[in-house]
Amino acid sequence: MDTISIIGMVSIIMAGLTIAVGSIAPALGEGRALSQALTAIAQQPDETPSITRTLFVGLAMVESTAIYCFVVALILIFANPFWDYVIGL
Amino acid sequence: MEFNIDDIIYWQEGFLKVNATLLNSWVVMLFLIFLSWLITRKLTSGLNIRRGQAFIESFVVFVLDQIREETHEDADKYLPFIGTLFLFIVVSNVIGVIPGFDSPTASLSTATALAICVFIAVPVFGISNRGFAGYMKHYVQPTPFMLPFNIIGELSRTLALAIRLFGNIMSGSLIIAIVLSLSPLFFPVVMQAFGLLIGVIQAYVFAILALVYIASATRIQNLKELENEESGKKGNENKSTE
Repeated sequence: MDTISIIGMVSIIMAGLTIAVGSIAPALGEGRALSQALTAIAQQPDETPSITRTLFVGLAMVESTAIYCFVVALILIFANPFWDYVIGL
Repeated sequence: MEFNIDDIIYWQEGFLKVNATLLNSWVVMLFLIFLSWLITRKLTSGLNIRRGQAFIESFVVFVLDQIREETHEDADKYLPFIGTLFLFIVVSNVIGVIPGFDSPTASLSTATALAICVFIAVPVFGISNRGFAGYMKHYVQPTPFMLPFNIIGELSRTLALAIRLFGNIMSGSLIIAIVLSLSPLFFPVVMQAFGLLIGVIQAYVFAILALVYIASATRIQNLKELENEESGKKGNENKSTE
């Protein structure tokens, strides 16, 4: 197999793996945070605005790990430096 | 739909370029300035205020409330910076659903610029609140050993702020472009409505995180002042009981 097909194959497989692995852990974490927040709201409905605000900020911070993986996957597919290098040879 | 909207160039002369990011952020700025000018032209007080004024006033009160809840101190100092960040980002995110416009925040350049604004604002607010030495002291707290980690933390959270905004907005527009080529009629509309929600939430998160970072740089002294006041009160009470 020549270099171009190896780089293309590895990039696409790794892009799929990156987004697959990188979305599992944040999904678990976000589900846990959401269930805890719902429990807290059920116990203390008066504190709903404060809990919701903290929940949104926390969810966005947890989600950013998934976003990093997504950006890496996109770079692998659309702006892969190694691919550009091999094509330019 | 381009992956990187910096590459859409409308006008070029030498090394000067006007690309889609610049043009769209100018449109957003002009829109905000025009809206503010239109509404604040004839301000009235009393019961019969106009619709636009009521909208802007309720927005300002909302931002002030959020800042007050987060920092527990005078909110007027932070209102211009946080309010501007939130307004600019929310309009930038939402403008992407209008055909012909791209969200300026879907470019890493805009997101990085906004994150650098926060990166600079944190020491500015911190020094204005606690003085130069007082601000620098929090880098070597709890021990001087933590100095490199504090600096790395400050840099990495700026990077995280930029990539979070960029990734969310860019992924939204990219997913819409992909879905549009697969099932053009109904599903993209749902994804665009979802993108509106994500855009507003991300603007809120960006503003709140900027506020949290600024508050963490200005807060420690206030906590100490509070403790001193409380211990002073206790001391007084003890004296009076004795």
